[in-house]
Amino acid sequence: MAEAVDLLKTPLFDLHVELGAKMVPFAGYDMPVQFPLGVMKEHLFTRESAGLFDVTHMGQAWLVGPDHATTAAALETLVPSNMKELKPGKQRYTVLLNDNGCIIDDLMVSRPLASEDDGRLMLVVNAACKDNDYKIIAAALPENVKLEIVEDRALIAIQGPKAAEVMALHAPEAAEMGFMEARPLEFDGISVIASRSGYTGEDGYEISIPAGAAEAVAKALLADERVESIGLGARDSLRLEAGLCLYGHDIDENTTPVEGNITFCMQKRRKEAGDFPGGERVLKQLAEGTENLRVGLLLEGRAPAREGAEIRVPGTEEIVGRVTSGGYGPTLGAPVAMGYVPSNLAEIGTELELVVRGRALPAKVAEMPFVAQRYYRKPK
Amino acid sequence: MSTYFTKDHEWLKVEGDVVTVGITEFAQSQLGDVVFVELPENGKTVDQDDEVAVVESVKAASEVYAPLDGEIVEGNELLVDEPAKVNEDPEGAAWFFKMKLGNAAQLEALMSEADYKAFVETL
Repeated sequence: MAEAVDLLKTPLFDLHVELGAKMVPFAGYDMPVQFPLGVMKEHLFTRESAGLFDVTHMGQAWLVGPDHATTAAALETLVPSNMKELKPGKQRYTVLLNDNGCIIDDLMVSRPLASEDDGRLMLVVNAACKDNDYKIIAAALPENVKLEIVEDRALIAIQGPKAAEVMALHAPEAAEMGFMEARPLEFDGISVIASRSGYTGEDGYEISIPAGAAEAVAKALLADERVESIGLGARDSLRLEAGLCLYGHDIDENTTPVEGNITFCMQKRRKEAGDFPGGERVLKQLAEGTENLRVGLLLEGRAPAREGAEIRVPGTEEIVGRVTSGGYGPTLGAPVAMGYVPSNLAEIGTELELVVRGRALPAKVAEMPFVAQRYYRKPK
Repeated sequence: MSTYFTKDHEWLKVEGDVVTVGITEFAQSQLGDVVFVELPENGKTVDQDDEVAVVESVKAASEVYAPLDGEIVEGNELLVDEPAKVNEDPEGAAWFFKMKLGNAAQLEALMSEADYKAFVETL
Protein backbone atom coordinates (compact mmCIF):
# COMPACT_ATOMS: atom_id res chain seq x y z
CA MET A 1 0.00 0.00 0.00
CA ALA A 2 1.66 3.15 -1.25
CA GLU A 3 -0.30 5.53 0.97
CA ALA A 4 0.63 3.59 4.11
CA VAL A 5 4.06 5.21 4.30
CA ASP A 6 2.46 8.59 5.01
CA LEU A 7 0.27 7.36 7.83
CA LEU A 8 1.20 8.17 11.40
CA LYS A 9 1.69 5.31 13.83
CA THR A 10 0.74 5.33 17.48
CA PRO A 11 3.15 3.88 20.07
CA LEU A 12 0.90 0.80 20.13
CA PHE A 13 1.18 0.10 16.40
CA ASP A 14 3.56 -2.86 16.79
CA LEU A 15 1.38 -4.36 19.51
CA HIS A 16 -1.73 -4.07 17.32
CA VAL A 17 0.01 -5.84 14.45
CA GLU A 18 1.35 -8.50 16.79
CA LEU A 19 -2.20 -9.09 18.05
CA GLY A 20 -3.41 -9.61 14.48
CA ALA A 21 -5.28 -6.33 14.00
CA LYS A 22 -6.66 -5.32 10.64
CA MET A 23 -5.16 -1.86 10.19
CA VAL A 24 -6.88 0.93 8.26
CA PRO A 25 -6.14 4.59 7.62
CA PHE A 26 -8.15 6.80 9.97
CA ALA A 27 -7.67 10.56 10.40
CA GLY A 28 -4.12 10.26 9.11
CA TYR A 29 -3.20 7.35 11.40
CA ASP A 30 -2.78 3.66 10.75
CA MET A 31 -5.34 2.35 13.23
CA PRO A 32 -6.80 -1.05 14.16
CA VAL A 33 -10.38 -1.35 12.87
CA GLN A 34 -10.75 -4.83 14.31
CA PHE A 35 -8.81 -7.62 15.99
CA PRO A 36 -9.19 -11.36 15.30
CA LEU A 37 -12.20 -11.49 17.64
CA GLY A 38 -14.17 -9.41 15.10
CA VAL A 39 -16.42 -6.36 15.57
CA MET A 40 -19.39 -8.27 16.99
CA LYS A 41 -17.50 -10.19 19.67
CA GLU A 42 -15.32 -7.20 20.49
CA HIS A 43 -18.45 -5.14 21.08
CA LEU A 44 -20.12 -7.80 23.25
CA PHE A 45 -16.92 -8.49 25.19
CA THR A 46 -16.61 -4.80 26.07
CA ARG A 47 -20.17 -4.74 27.44
CA GLU A 48 -19.61 -7.99 29.38
CA SER A 49 -16.06 -7.54 30.60
CA ALA A 50 -13.59 -4.87 29.46
CA GLY A 51 -12.15 -3.60 26.19
CA LEU A 52 -8.89 -1.77 25.60
CA PHE A 53 -8.90 0.94 22.92
CA ASP A 54 -5.99 2.87 21.42
CA VAL A 55 -7.23 6.43 20.98
CA THR A 56 -3.84 8.07 20.62
CA HIS A 57 -4.98 9.59 17.35
CA MET A 58 -7.09 12.01 19.35
CA GLY A 59 -5.55 15.37 20.17
CA GLN A 60 -4.26 16.06 23.66
CA ALA A 61 -3.39 19.61 24.63
CA TRP A 62 -3.03 21.87 27.63
CA LEU A 63 -4.31 25.35 28.13
CA VAL A 64 -1.87 27.05 30.48
CA GLY A 65 -2.58 30.35 32.19
CA PRO A 66 -1.66 32.10 35.43
CA ASP A 67 -4.64 30.78 37.39
CA HIS A 68 -7.83 28.80 36.86
CA ALA A 69 -10.09 31.85 36.58
CA THR A 70 -7.99 33.27 33.72
CA THR A 71 -7.66 30.01 31.79
CA ALA A 72 -11.30 29.09 32.26
CA ALA A 73 -12.43 32.55 31.14
CA ALA A 74 -10.31 32.22 28.00
CA LEU A 75 -11.85 28.86 27.15
CA GLU A 76 -15.35 30.12 27.92
CA THR A 77 -15.06 32.58 25.03
CA LEU A 78 -15.12 29.53 22.69
CA VAL A 79 -17.47 27.08 24.41
CA PRO A 80 -20.95 27.28 26.02
CA SER A 81 -20.05 25.30 29.18
CA ASN A 82 -19.25 26.51 32.65
CA MET A 83 -15.47 26.18 32.92
CA LYS A 84 -14.98 28.72 35.69
CA GLU A 85 -16.79 26.57 38.26
CA LEU A 86 -15.22 23.31 37.08
CA LYS A 87 -13.72 21.90 40.28
CA PRO A 88 -10.19 20.51 40.58
CA GLY A 89 -10.14 16.86 39.48
CA LYS A 90 -13.33 17.19 37.43
CA GLN A 91 -13.93 16.68 33.74
CA ARG A 92 -16.57 18.20 31.48
CA TYR A 93 -17.83 17.55 27.93
CA THR A 94 -18.10 20.65 25.79
CA VAL A 95 -18.18 21.94 22.21
CA LEU A 96 -16.20 24.55 20.31
CA LEU A 97 -18.69 26.85 18.58
CA ASN A 98 -18.45 29.08 15.52
CA ASP A 99 -20.18 32.44 15.17
CA ASN A 100 -23.40 30.72 14.07
CA GLY A 101 -23.45 28.72 17.30
CA CYS A 102 -22.58 25.60 15.30
CA ILE A 103 -20.17 22.94 16.43
CA ILE A 104 -16.54 23.06 15.29
CA ASP A 105 -15.67 20.05 17.46
CA ASP A 106 -16.69 18.31 20.65
CA LEU A 107 -14.12 17.79 23.35
CA MET A 108 -13.37 16.80 26.93
CA VAL A 109 -11.87 19.30 29.34
CA SER A 110 -10.38 18.38 32.69
CA ARG A 111 -9.03 20.47 35.50
CA PRO A 112 -6.05 18.94 37.30
CA LEU A 113 -6.43 17.96 40.92
CA ALA A 114 -3.18 19.41 42.28
CA SER A 115 -3.04 23.04 43.39
CA GLU A 116 0.38 23.46 41.74
CA ASP A 117 -1.36 22.81 38.41
CA ASP A 118 -3.81 25.66 38.97
CA GLY A 119 -4.37 27.50 35.71
CA ARG A 120 -4.01 24.37 33.56
CA LEU A 121 -6.84 22.65 31.68
CA MET A 122 -6.36 19.44 29.74
CA LEU A 123 -8.21 19.13 26.42
CA VAL A 124 -8.92 15.99 24.40
CA VAL A 125 -10.21 16.76 20.89
CA ASN A 126 -11.15 14.71 17.85
CA ALA A 127 -8.35 13.39 15.64
CA ALA A 128 -9.74 14.72 12.37
CA CYS A 129 -10.39 18.16 13.89
CA LYS A 130 -7.30 18.74 15.96
CA ASP A 131 -5.27 21.00 13.64
CA ASN A 132 -8.24 23.28 13.01
CA ASP A 133 -9.21 23.29 16.70
CA TYR A 134 -5.70 24.27 17.77
CA LYS A 135 -5.61 27.10 15.25
CA ILE A 136 -8.96 28.46 16.45
CA ILE A 137 -8.14 28.08 20.13
CA ALA A 138 -4.66 29.61 19.83
CA ALA A 139 -6.04 32.59 17.90
CA ALA A 140 -8.64 33.30 20.58
CA LEU A 141 -6.39 33.15 23.63
CA PRO A 142 -5.25 36.22 25.54
CA GLU A 143 -1.51 36.93 25.89
CA ASN A 144 -1.24 35.19 29.26
CA VAL A 145 -2.87 31.88 28.28
CA LYS A 146 -1.00 29.47 26.03
CA LEU A 147 -1.99 26.35 24.14
CA GLU A 148 0.52 23.54 24.57
CA ILE A 149 -0.04 20.71 22.14
CA VAL A 150 0.94 17.34 23.57
CA GLU A 151 2.73 15.18 21.00
CA ASP A 152 4.60 12.77 23.25
CA ARG A 153 1.79 10.97 25.00
CA ALA A 154 -0.43 8.06 24.06
CA LEU A 155 -4.10 7.84 25.01
CA ILE A 156 -5.79 4.53 25.71
CA ALA A 157 -9.23 3.72 27.04
CA ILE A 158 -10.33 0.76 29.11
CA GLN A 159 -14.10 0.39 29.06
CA GLY A 160 -16.59 -2.09 30.42
CA PRO A 161 -18.07 -3.38 33.68
CA LYS A 162 -14.77 -5.03 34.70
CA ALA A 163 -12.56 -2.07 33.74
CA ALA A 164 -12.47 -0.68 37.28
CA GLU A 165 -11.45 -3.92 39.00
CA VAL A 166 -8.66 -4.54 36.49
CA MET A 167 -7.47 -0.93 36.67
CA ALA A 168 -7.40 -1.07 40.49
CA LEU A 169 -4.84 -3.91 40.39
CA HIS A 170 -2.33 -1.55 38.77
CA ALA A 171 -3.47 1.82 40.11
CA PRO A 172 -5.45 1.35 43.35
CA GLU A 173 -6.42 5.02 43.56
CA ALA A 174 -8.37 4.69 40.31
CA ALA A 175 -11.12 3.00 42.32
CA GLU A 176 -11.76 6.22 44.24
CA MET A 177 -12.62 8.17 41.10
CA GLY A 178 -16.20 8.87 40.07
CA PHE A 179 -17.59 9.38 36.57
CA MET A 180 -16.12 12.49 34.93
CA GLU A 181 -13.28 12.81 37.42
CA ALA A 182 -9.66 13.14 36.38
CA ARG A 183 -6.40 12.76 38.29
CA PRO A 184 -2.79 11.64 38.03
CA LEU A 185 -2.17 8.01 38.93
CA GLU A 186 0.81 5.74 39.36
CA PHE A 187 0.10 2.76 37.13
CA ASP A 188 2.63 0.05 38.08
CA GLY A 189 4.97 2.92 38.90
CA ILE A 190 4.33 4.76 35.61
CA SER A 191 2.96 8.30 35.98
CA VAL A 192 -0.25 8.62 33.98
CA ILE A 193 -3.26 10.95 33.92
CA ALA A 194 -6.60 9.17 33.99
CA SER A 195 -10.19 10.26 33.68
CA ARG A 196 -13.16 8.07 34.52
CA SER A 197 -15.02 8.52 31.24
CA GLY A 198 -15.14 7.15 27.73
CA TYR A 199 -17.12 6.66 24.57
CA THR A 200 -18.98 3.39 25.05
CA GLY A 201 -21.65 4.12 27.66
CA GLU A 202 -19.79 1.82 30.05
CA ASP A 203 -17.80 2.54 33.16
CA GLY A 204 -14.10 2.92 32.43
CA TYR A 205 -11.10 5.16 32.08
CA GLU A 206 -9.17 7.09 29.50
CA ILE A 207 -5.48 7.10 30.33
CA SER A 208 -2.88 9.54 29.03
CA ILE A 209 0.54 7.90 29.12
CA PRO A 210 4.06 9.01 28.16
CA ALA A 211 4.51 7.49 24.68
CA GLY A 212 7.43 5.30 25.72
CA ALA A 213 5.42 3.64 28.48
CA ALA A 214 2.19 3.11 26.52
CA GLU A 215 2.98 -0.42 25.44
CA ALA A 216 3.86 -1.45 29.00
CA VAL A 217 0.52 -0.13 30.29
CA ALA A 218 -1.45 -1.72 27.44
CA LYS A 219 0.30 -5.07 27.89
CA ALA A 220 -0.25 -5.02 31.64
CA LEU A 221 -4.00 -4.50 31.09
CA LEU A 222 -4.21 -7.04 28.26
CA ALA A 223 -2.43 -9.68 30.35
CA ASP A 224 -5.66 -9.89 32.33
CA GLU A 225 -8.13 -12.30 30.76
CA ARG A 226 -10.92 -9.86 31.55
CA VAL A 227 -9.47 -7.46 28.94
CA GLU A 228 -9.35 -7.72 25.14
CA SER A 229 -8.02 -5.33 22.50
CA ILE A 230 -10.86 -3.59 20.65
CA GLY A 231 -10.77 -1.83 17.27
CA LEU A 232 -12.44 1.25 15.86
CA GLY A 233 -15.28 -0.82 14.39
CA ALA A 234 -16.64 -1.85 17.78
CA ARG A 235 -15.82 1.58 19.20
CA ASP A 236 -18.32 2.98 16.70
CA SER A 237 -21.09 0.44 17.37
CA LEU A 238 -20.61 0.88 21.14
CA ARG A 239 -20.90 4.66 21.00
CA LEU A 240 -23.90 4.44 18.67
CA GLU A 241 -25.80 2.19 21.09
CA ALA A 242 -24.84 4.61 23.87
CA GLY A 243 -26.46 7.43 21.85
CA LEU A 244 -23.19 9.38 21.71
CA CYS A 245 -22.48 11.72 18.80
CA LEU A 246 -19.74 11.12 16.28
CA TYR A 247 -18.35 14.49 15.22
CA GLY A 248 -18.59 15.17 11.50
CA HIS A 249 -21.61 12.87 11.25
CA ASP A 250 -24.15 13.48 14.03
CA ILE A 251 -22.97 17.00 14.83
CA ASP A 252 -20.96 19.34 12.65
CA GLU A 253 -20.45 22.94 11.56
CA ASN A 254 -24.10 23.14 10.50
CA THR A 255 -25.65 22.04 13.79
CA THR A 256 -25.93 23.83 17.11
CA PRO A 257 -25.87 22.07 20.50
CA VAL A 258 -29.64 22.60 20.66
CA GLU A 259 -30.30 20.94 17.29
CA GLY A 260 -27.79 18.23 18.20
CA ASN A 261 -29.70 17.57 21.43
CA ILE A 262 -26.61 17.94 23.58
CA THR A 263 -27.66 20.93 25.64
CA PHE A 264 -26.49 19.03 28.73
CA CYS A 265 -23.06 20.47 27.88
CA MET A 266 -24.41 23.97 28.60
CA GLN A 267 -24.71 24.91 32.25
CA LYS A 268 -27.17 27.42 33.69
CA ARG A 269 -24.99 30.52 33.85
CA ARG A 270 -23.92 30.16 30.21
CA LYS A 271 -27.45 29.37 29.02
CA GLU A 272 -28.72 32.52 30.66
CA ALA A 273 -25.93 34.80 29.49
CA GLY A 274 -25.40 33.45 25.97
CA ASP A 275 -21.87 34.83 26.19
CA PHE A 276 -20.28 32.48 23.65
CA PRO A 277 -19.96 32.36 19.84
CA GLY A 278 -23.39 32.31 18.25
CA GLY A 279 -24.90 32.86 21.69
CA GLU A 280 -27.81 34.94 20.47
CA ARG A 281 -28.92 32.24 18.04
CA VAL A 282 -28.47 29.43 20.55
CA LEU A 283 -30.44 31.32 23.21
CA LYS A 284 -33.26 31.91 20.73
CA GLN A 285 -33.31 28.19 19.92
CA LEU A 286 -33.38 27.32 23.62
CA ALA A 287 -36.38 29.57 24.10
CA GLU A 288 -38.31 28.84 20.91
CA GLY A 289 -37.11 25.43 19.80
CA THR A 290 -35.38 24.50 16.58
CA GLU A 291 -36.51 23.52 13.13
CA ASN A 292 -34.74 20.15 13.36
CA LEU A 293 -33.56 17.91 16.18
CA ARG A 294 -31.27 14.91 16.47
CA VAL A 295 -33.23 11.85 17.53
CA GLY A 296 -32.68 8.14 18.03
CA LEU A 297 -34.37 5.78 15.56
CA LEU A 298 -35.25 2.11 15.97
CA LEU A 299 -36.20 0.10 12.90
CA GLU A 300 -38.87 -2.57 12.88
CA GLY A 301 -37.01 -5.14 10.79
CA ARG A 302 -33.46 -6.42 10.76
CA ALA A 303 -32.10 -4.31 7.92
CA PRO A 304 -29.78 -1.55 9.16
CA ALA A 305 -30.21 1.99 7.84
CA ARG A 306 -26.82 3.62 7.39
CA GLU A 307 -25.60 7.20 7.29
CA GLY A 308 -27.33 9.16 4.53
CA ALA A 309 -30.56 7.13 4.47
CA GLU A 310 -33.57 9.38 3.83
CA ILE A 311 -36.15 9.82 6.58
CA ARG A 312 -39.78 10.15 5.41
CA VAL A 313 -43.21 10.48 6.93
CA PRO A 314 -45.16 7.26 6.24
CA GLY A 315 -47.52 7.62 3.33
CA THR A 316 -45.67 10.57 1.86
CA GLU A 317 -42.71 10.81 -0.46
CA GLU A 318 -41.42 13.89 1.32
CA ILE A 319 -37.90 13.62 2.71
CA VAL A 320 -37.91 15.23 6.16
CA GLY A 321 -34.41 14.30 7.27
CA ARG A 322 -31.48 11.96 6.99
CA VAL A 323 -29.78 9.33 9.10
CA THR A 324 -26.45 10.64 10.38
CA SER A 325 -25.22 7.38 11.99
CA GLY A 326 -26.69 3.96 11.66
CA GLY A 327 -25.81 0.33 11.84
CA TYR A 328 -26.36 -2.82 13.78
CA GLY A 329 -26.34 -2.72 17.56
CA PRO A 330 -24.83 -6.02 18.73
CA THR A 331 -26.02 -5.68 22.35
CA LEU A 332 -29.51 -4.71 21.27
CA GLY A 333 -29.46 -7.37 18.55
CA ALA A 334 -31.17 -4.96 16.21
CA PRO A 335 -30.38 -2.07 13.89
CA VAL A 336 -30.06 1.37 15.48
CA ALA A 337 -29.72 4.82 13.98
CA MET A 338 -29.77 8.49 14.75
CA GLY A 339 -30.64 11.37 12.51
CA TYR A 340 -32.27 14.76 12.20
CA VAL A 341 -36.01 15.25 11.88
CA PRO A 342 -38.28 18.32 12.11
CA SER A 343 -38.95 19.10 15.78
CA ASN A 344 -42.66 18.32 15.44
CA LEU A 345 -41.67 14.75 14.48
CA ALA A 346 -39.11 14.34 17.26
CA GLU A 347 -41.43 12.99 19.92
CA ILE A 348 -40.62 9.48 21.18
CA GLY A 349 -42.75 6.94 19.34
CA THR A 350 -43.31 9.01 16.20
CA GLU A 351 -43.63 6.66 13.24
CA LEU A 352 -41.28 7.34 10.36
CA GLU A 353 -39.77 5.55 7.36
CA LEU A 354 -36.10 5.11 6.58
CA VAL A 355 -35.34 4.54 2.93
CA VAL A 356 -32.79 1.78 2.34
CA ARG A 357 -31.98 0.80 -1.25
CA GLY A 358 -35.23 2.30 -2.46
CA ARG A 359 -37.35 0.51 0.11
CA ALA A 360 -39.15 2.33 2.93
CA LEU A 361 -38.47 0.61 6.26
CA PRO A 362 -40.77 1.36 9.21
CA ALA A 363 -39.00 3.04 12.14
CA LYS A 364 -39.87 4.90 15.31
CA VAL A 365 -38.28 7.78 17.15
CA ALA A 366 -36.72 6.18 20.20
CA GLU A 367 -35.20 7.16 23.50
CA MET A 368 -31.41 7.36 23.61
CA PRO A 369 -29.22 5.78 24.82
CA PHE A 370 -30.43 2.59 23.16
CA VAL A 371 -28.47 0.58 25.73
CA ALA A 372 -28.47 1.84 29.32
CA GLN A 373 -25.34 3.74 30.33
CA ARG A 374 -23.48 2.25 33.27
CA TYR A 375 -21.27 5.06 34.48
CA TYR A 376 -19.87 4.87 37.99
CA ARG A 377 -21.24 7.56 40.26
CA LYS A 378 -19.62 7.83 43.66
CA PRO A 379 -21.90 7.37 46.66
CA LYS A 380 -22.48 10.72 48.37
CA MET B 1 -21.82 -30.64 -11.11
CA SER B 2 -19.25 -27.93 -11.84
CA THR B 3 -18.09 -25.17 -9.53
CA TYR B 4 -16.98 -21.72 -10.66
CA PHE B 5 -15.79 -18.56 -8.93
CA THR B 6 -15.91 -14.82 -9.69
CA LYS B 7 -13.58 -11.92 -8.96
CA ASP B 8 -16.35 -10.57 -6.70
CA HIS B 9 -15.76 -13.58 -4.42
CA GLU B 10 -18.87 -15.49 -5.31
CA TRP B 11 -19.07 -19.21 -5.98
CA LEU B 12 -21.45 -20.93 -8.42
CA LYS B 13 -22.48 -24.55 -8.52
CA VAL B 14 -24.06 -25.56 -11.81
CA GLU B 15 -26.48 -28.50 -11.93
CA GLY B 16 -28.23 -28.78 -15.27
CA ASP B 17 -29.56 -25.29 -15.97
CA VAL B 18 -29.85 -24.29 -12.30
CA VAL B 19 -27.00 -22.33 -10.71
CA THR B 20 -26.62 -21.99 -6.93
CA VAL B 21 -24.74 -18.83 -5.90
CA GLY B 22 -23.07 -17.87 -2.63
CA ILE B 23 -20.10 -15.94 -1.31
CA THR B 24 -16.73 -17.51 -0.65
CA GLU B 25 -14.97 -18.29 2.60
CA PHE B 26 -12.55 -15.46 1.75
CA ALA B 27 -15.48 -13.04 1.29
CA GLN B 28 -17.06 -13.91 4.64
CA SER B 29 -13.71 -13.54 6.41
CA GLN B 30 -13.34 -10.06 4.94
CA LEU B 31 -16.90 -9.02 5.78
CA GLY B 32 -16.84 -10.09 9.39
CA ASP B 33 -19.99 -10.86 11.36
CA VAL B 34 -22.98 -10.82 9.02
CA VAL B 35 -26.09 -9.29 10.61
CA PHE B 36 -28.47 -9.00 7.67
CA VAL B 37 -28.99 -10.49 4.21
CA GLU B 38 -31.37 -9.14 1.58
CA LEU B 39 -32.31 -11.70 -1.05
CA PRO B 40 -33.50 -11.13 -4.61
CA GLU B 41 -37.16 -11.66 -5.54
CA ASN B 42 -38.09 -14.96 -7.10
CA GLY B 43 -38.84 -14.70 -10.79
CA LYS B 44 -36.69 -11.62 -11.29
CA THR B 45 -34.75 -11.55 -14.55
CA VAL B 46 -31.22 -10.30 -14.04
CA ASP B 47 -28.20 -9.42 -16.14
CA GLN B 48 -24.65 -10.38 -15.28
CA ASP B 49 -23.14 -7.92 -12.73
CA ASP B 50 -26.53 -6.60 -11.60
CA GLU B 51 -26.71 -6.01 -7.85
CA VAL B 52 -29.14 -8.67 -6.71
CA ALA B 53 -28.52 -9.26 -3.01
CA VAL B 54 -27.03 -7.38 -0.08
CA VAL B 55 -24.99 -8.67 2.80
CA GLU B 56 -24.45 -6.44 5.81
CA SER B 57 -21.90 -6.71 8.58
CA VAL B 58 -21.97 -4.65 11.77
CA LYS B 59 -20.02 -1.96 9.98
CA ALA B 60 -21.06 -1.88 6.33
CA ALA B 61 -23.29 -3.12 3.52
CA SER B 62 -21.87 -5.00 0.51
CA GLU B 63 -23.55 -5.98 -2.73
CA VAL B 64 -23.80 -9.46 -4.15
CA TYR B 65 -23.85 -9.46 -7.96
CA ALA B 66 -25.55 -11.73 -10.45
CA PRO B 67 -22.63 -13.77 -11.78
CA LEU B 68 -24.56 -14.55 -14.99
CA ASP B 69 -27.62 -13.54 -16.98
CA GLY B 70 -30.70 -15.48 -15.94
CA GLU B 71 -33.79 -15.68 -13.77
CA ILE B 72 -33.81 -15.87 -9.98
CA VAL B 73 -35.72 -18.97 -8.93
CA GLU B 74 -35.11 -19.17 -5.19
CA GLY B 75 -33.56 -17.20 -2.32
CA ASN B 76 -32.20 -18.94 0.77
CA GLU B 77 -34.74 -17.99 3.46
CA LEU B 78 -32.44 -19.47 6.13
CA LEU B 79 -30.25 -16.37 5.80
CA VAL B 80 -33.13 -14.03 6.61
CA ASP B 81 -33.55 -15.58 10.05
CA GLU B 82 -29.96 -16.61 10.62
CA PRO B 83 -27.62 -14.23 8.79
CA ALA B 84 -24.67 -15.49 10.88
CA LYS B 85 -24.83 -18.74 8.88
CA VAL B 86 -22.95 -16.83 6.18
CA ASN B 87 -19.94 -16.78 8.49
CA GLU B 88 -20.35 -20.38 9.61
CA ASP B 89 -20.92 -22.16 6.32
CA PRO B 90 -20.57 -19.74 3.39
CA GLU B 91 -19.87 -22.38 0.78
CA GLY B 92 -22.54 -24.79 1.98
CA ALA B 93 -25.79 -24.14 3.89
CA ALA B 94 -25.47 -20.37 3.46
CA TRP B 95 -25.94 -20.20 -0.31
CA PHE B 96 -27.67 -16.95 -1.33
CA PHE B 97 -29.88 -17.74 -4.31
CA LYS B 98 -30.51 -20.10 -7.19
CA MET B 99 -30.91 -18.88 -10.74
CA LYS B 100 -31.85 -20.37 -14.05
CA LEU B 101 -28.95 -20.16 -16.45
CA GLY B 102 -29.65 -17.66 -19.25
CA ASN B 103 -26.42 -17.79 -21.20
CA ALA B 104 -24.16 -20.81 -20.64
CA ALA B 105 -21.36 -19.21 -22.67
CA GLN B 106 -20.77 -16.79 -19.77
CA LEU B 107 -19.51 -19.67 -17.63
CA GLU B 108 -16.38 -19.94 -19.73
CA ALA B 109 -15.05 -16.59 -18.48
CA LEU B 110 -15.38 -17.57 -14.78
CA MET B 111 -12.59 -19.01 -12.64
CA SER B 112 -12.01 -22.57 -11.55
CA GLU B 113 -11.36 -23.28 -7.88
CA ALA B 114 -7.59 -23.41 -8.54
CA ASP B 115 -7.69 -20.11 -10.46
CA TYR B 116 -9.69 -18.49 -7.68
CA LYS B 117 -7.26 -19.68 -5.01
CA ALA B 118 -4.40 -18.18 -7.03
CA PHE B 119 -6.40 -14.95 -7.44
CA VAL B 120 -7.00 -14.65 -3.68
CA GLU B 121 -3.25 -15.16 -3.08
CA THR B 122 -2.58 -12.00 -5.09
CA LEU B 123 -4.84 -9.84 -2.89
